[in-house]
Amino acid sequence: MDHLTYARAQMGFSLAFHMLFAAVGVALPLFMVIADVLYRRTGDRDWLEFSKRMAKGTAILFAVGAVSGTVLSFEMGLLWPNFMGTFGDVIGLPFAMEGFAFFTEAIFLGIYLYGRGRIPSGFHLAAGIGVAVSGAASAFFVTLVNAAMNLPAGFTMENGHPINIDPIAAMFSPPWKHETLHALLACYQATAFALAGIHAAVLLRHPKSSLFRKAFAVSLAVASITAVLQPISGDHSAHSIAETEPLKLAAAEAHFKTQTHAPLRIGGIPDMKTGEVHYGLEIPSGLSLLAAHDPAAEVKGLNDFPREDWPPVASTHYAFEVMVGAGSAMALLGVVAAFLAWRKKGVPDGRLFLWAVVASGPLGFIALEAGWLVTELGRQPWIMHGVMRTRDAVTPFPHLLPPFWTFTVLYLFLGVAVVYLLFRQLRAAPMEAGPPSLGGPDAHH
Amino acid sequence: MPTTELVLGGAMMAALCLYAVFGGADFGGGVWDLFASGPRKAEQRALIEKAIGPIWEANHVWLILAVVLLFSSFPTAFAAISIALHVPLTLFLIGVVFRGSAFTFRAYDDRNDGRQQRWGLLFSLASIASPILLGVIAGTIASGEIHVESGVVTSGYFAPWLRPFPLFVGLFALALYAYLAAVFLAAEADAAGSAELTSDFRRRALIAGAVVGVVALFTFALSFSGAPLIRAGLTGRPWTWPLHVATATAAMTAFSALWKRKFGVARLAVVAQTSLILVGWAASQYPYLLVPSHTLFNSAANPRTQQLLIIALAAGSALLFPSLYVLYRIFKGNKPFRILDRRRE
Repeated sequence: MDHLTYARAQMGFSLAFHMLFAAVGVALPLFMVIADVLYRRTGDRDWLEFSKRMAKGTAILFAVGAVSGTVLSFEMGLLWPNFMGTFGDVIGLPFAMEGFAFFTEAIFLGIYLYGRGRIPSGFHLAAGIGVAVSGAASAFFVTLVNAAMNLPAGFTMENGHPINIDPIAAMFSPPWKHETLHALLACYQATAFALAGIHAAVLLRHPKSSLFRKAFAVSLAVASITAVLQPISGDHSAHSIAETEPLKLAAAEAHFKTQTHAPLRIGGIPDMKTGEVHYGLEIPSGLSLLAAHDPAAEVKGLNDFPREDWPPVASTHYAFEVMVGAGSAMALLGVVAAFLAWRKKGVPDGRLFLWAVVASGPLGFIALEAGWLVTELGRQPWIMHGVMRTRDAVTPFPHLLPPFWTFTVLYLFLGVAVVYLLFRQLRAAPMEAGPPSLGGPDAHH
Repeated sequence: MPTTELVLGGAMMAALCLYAVFGGADFGGGVWDLFASGPRKAEQRALIEKAIGPIWEANHVWLILAVVLLFSSFPTAFAAISIALHVPLTLFLIGVVFRGSAFTFRAYDDRNDGRQQRWGLLFSLASIASPILLGVIAGTIASGEIHVESGVVTSGYFAPWLRPFPLFVGLFALALYAYLAAVFLAAEADAAGSAELTSDFRRRALIAGAVVGVVALFTFALSFSGAPLIRAGLTGRPWTWPLHVATATAAMTAFSALWKRKFGVARLAVVAQTSLILVGWAASQYPYLLVPSHTLFNSAANPRTQQLLIIALAAGSALLFPSLYVLYRIFKGNKPFRILDRRRE
């Protein structure tokens, strides 16, 4: 690998790792708050136990998210100093706000995790809501930065430097609405599918556990709702991207020739030399419909753009296919779950259905990572689209091999440790509803 | 009216002070976790875990806030520091990752096996390495050994920080954090009514306080050749002298209050001492952010961004400080910021 590739690999790996924990940090607090509210309403101790379990998961995952996020804030400079030196004040505002949102999340999480039983329960619930809201706010602000990189706005370039900077316009660059909506939904969806998958697996072994039935019901409900909403948000994104980032859409769809009645390709291997896509399934006029909601609309192809500005077509296309494939499977599961729940007037729990939920457990995170890859790969070769190329942003520090491998091994180690700890937490408690479980801060009081 | 550059620089400095006091004490807790000894070894560790557990993540965010302020307010200084100090910054980050995750994993892993000890050891070692590296980074920034010519770092990636002065600043930071932590822990043990734990940490605080004094002298001596501009700022500017007098007064107050077992006073004085040390550093280095190439003024962001950042800071602080107060009020006694803690009857 060359210098630039090491830098991109380290940044990519750090982001891919952090994103899992950040998404969970955004979404798990929602589940603990839902469980708390239900416990207050019903007095059923299962809900209390569920809330405590969600809190423990949040504690472990949030800590890893916090430290890996710290690494990222430094890596922006360690790997891309010219980008930060040139555009630090253009994108600084949403970062500063994210800093504050993250701060309040950490404070309220401390109060929530260690305050149970020590502070009035209404106040405790308010702290939980504070965690959920500030988590969502920090995801919102940091996605604004990504939107600003995808379609920079609010400044003009002169001699390689931004002038006439309007930081508010830069903060709300055109893609901000669809990017933040899509990203936030993805956080809840990914977490909900993982939770539903885990609890479906437990239910398969312990079908009588009332605690896990309730946990499964809540996760499945959130999973189904987000899975049905996400394609609508995705359609909105595709529609906007077709207008504002046509090159990204063309790469994602491996769409080479500008044409009307452009087909939608499913799968397929793009041939960069001939500009053809082999073995793909084509839906006539599908891409025109997707991009412009009109089967006759013209969709710009890659060939209309200079070759040096092309993103890596194959990887962007595959990432897009994985995202859409996983998203469609989840949406289908969401619809089936809603149908079964309607027919049964209760939580669907057939073994076949439970197995399907187990199988779709990882799909949310797969789609989340793939979707992020689409937006990042699809922006290449630019770090700040149209104004700074990634290769011009990279650090002159010549020894990028050791830090790349260090962080890779470090994060793999942390990943294994976290999975082990979460597995332990899942097994620690009794399978039937019972007294508060072992271990963790909650156990001290 | 102070300029916007000064307000943002001051806010960054304030965040660093708060990080040194609160985050620093958390690192210091890791030091005492390693050196837990005697018949109350387990109780010492339990006190440290109880003291750090609810607050370390919030305390840690001061650092993130300082970094975000640096790159949004003074982007070119951030870029130059990131290039020149790539190696110590990366090592520091590895320390940060191990410290935070090992501490949390220990809290949630099995209570009764060797894994607890392994996570604890990792937590402690990272708590020792990180402050040293942080001090090395600060010392190098102050030393004037990083040279930047027309945006290109020319002083190399190792030579500027592998020197005696930055190393001693690192040791000084470690000693200071350990001192802070010992004083805080003594005060918390005292408030909890545990006389034996109180005297354990009082003894540790007295030793650490003496070490801080000795290392400070060495560091100052090294600054003559290691950081001439800082040394000149420390001694040559008339308005830095009142700062030094105040720092010395705080240091002596802290030490004598510890001796007399007035832990509330000691806690306040050691916080004042730490903050004054950082303010003294900033005042000596002013107006440089990275000596000698980047000042607050030649690396500042565009004026509009600066104004908006100040507004965001004000709004954020209005949200932040009340929440922080609540956090500390819950976990650090009824009146955490009162000079004298109420003693339990």
